[in-house]
Amino acid sequence: MTDWNISPEEWTVIGLSLKVSVAAVALMLPISFAFAWILARWRFPGKLLLDTAVHLPLVVPPVVTGWLLLLLFGANGPIGRWLLDWFGVTLLFRWTGAALAAGIMALPLMTRAIRLSIEAVDRRLEDAARTLGAGRFRVFRTIALPLSLPGILAGAVLGFARAIGEFGATITFVSDIPGETRTLPIAIYSALQMPGAEAAVSRLAIISVILSLGALLISELLARRAATGVNSHVL
Amino acid sequence: MSFDIDVTRQHGKRRIALYHRTQARIVALIGPSGAGKTSILSMVAGLLRPDHGHVSVAGETLFDSDRRFALPPARRRLGYVFQDRRLFPHMRVRNNLLYGYTPSSPHSLDDLAGFLGIGHLLDRWPGTLSGGEAQRVAIGRALMSDPRALLMDEPLSSVDPRRKAEILDMIRHIPDISQVPILYVTHDLGEAHRLGAEIVMMT
Repeated sequence: MTDWNISPEEWTVIGLSLKVSVAAVALMLPISFAFAWILARWRFPGKLLLDTAVHLPLVVPPVVTGWLLLLLFGANGPIGRWLLDWFGVTLLFRWTGAALAAGIMALPLMTRAIRLSIEAVDRRLEDAARTLGAGRFRVFRTIALPLSLPGILAGAVLGFARAIGEFGATITFVSDIPGETRTLPIAIYSALQMPGAEAAVSRLAIISVILSLGALLISELLARRAATGVNSHVL
Repeated sequence: MSFDIDVTRQHGKRRIALYHRTQARIVALIGPSGAGKTSILSMVAGLLRPDHGHVSVAGETLFDSDRRFALPPARRRLGYVFQDRRLFPHMRVRNNLLYGYTPSSPHSLDDLAGFLGIGHLLDRWPGTLSGGEAQRVAIGRALMSDPRALLMDEPLSSVDPRRKAEILDMIRHIPDISQVPILYVTHDLGEAHRLGAEIVMMT
């Protein structure tokens, strides 16, 4: 039987995991939407290269992604130094760094889901809006965006589920610091290293399964709505 | 001059062309499917670019290849009624009708809904409308945008046969209430006659 008395440290882990994942999605949503839009709508040489680059975190070992983040955002990395010099900010060993790592790992999944929903928008409706006097931005705001919204939400929830489970890139980039970067998977890994922590491992494992499952379920429901919803009612 | 159209466009091996100048209030473009009728409407609306020629509607030049001039579709003020209607599925009928509304429009929503017989549909979603109802809404949406002309692409193609005469009669009266000329695409000569339209054959 699992002991369900969640300790204050474990509550911190859960709270931190949620904070990191929400921040990761918030950070990556506009970026993945921009990538998804470019990949769905633009034609340019090198598109395949961009497509591949966006999907890279899906296939590269997470520890390599973490190491690359370390190179870029570390105190001596080009972006890390710039952030430190100009804003006095460092992401290293901070929860913000964990959010960045989780966001990068979630980017391909989010981009994919959003791209599919943008591709599903009926372009003929956008032509109709143009003949009614709508300029490019109004067509985007009133037609393309609302019609792809279920897919955007599905992508966000999927990204959240991915971020909740993120381990390899995070531990490589921001290490395991209780209260700052110790998210659910890292806490489970740490507990596994300690003798007699089986109860804590089961509790945290079950919580992470419930969170990920819930997010996946919501994402699937939204994606179904995107596929069979408003787009199929076009007359 | 209501319509002054002289356009050509190479479409694969086919050459789509139309030359027509007229003062008529309703012009019917007639021809078999594949003759390029819809392409002509799209070129007039600015959704398709002619290789060469010019388009003027109600005295306003919209396209002229010699002057390298092409107004974007959003600024052409042409009410395009598509064969597949293209009502916005995520907006209720009322918001579909108001989408292109400008204060310069001579119509109020209530007047136009009354004329088209769609007053009772304003709060419905497009997906719940019958073919005839959806077509009336599509015509209303085009008229609400204060167009300089209407472009209609086979508007009766998926309308219940019993409702066709009714809608044709309504279309015939549009130039009276709206002062806009109509370029009407059909494959049915009978429709054109019933509209009292000037007939242009495309082959």
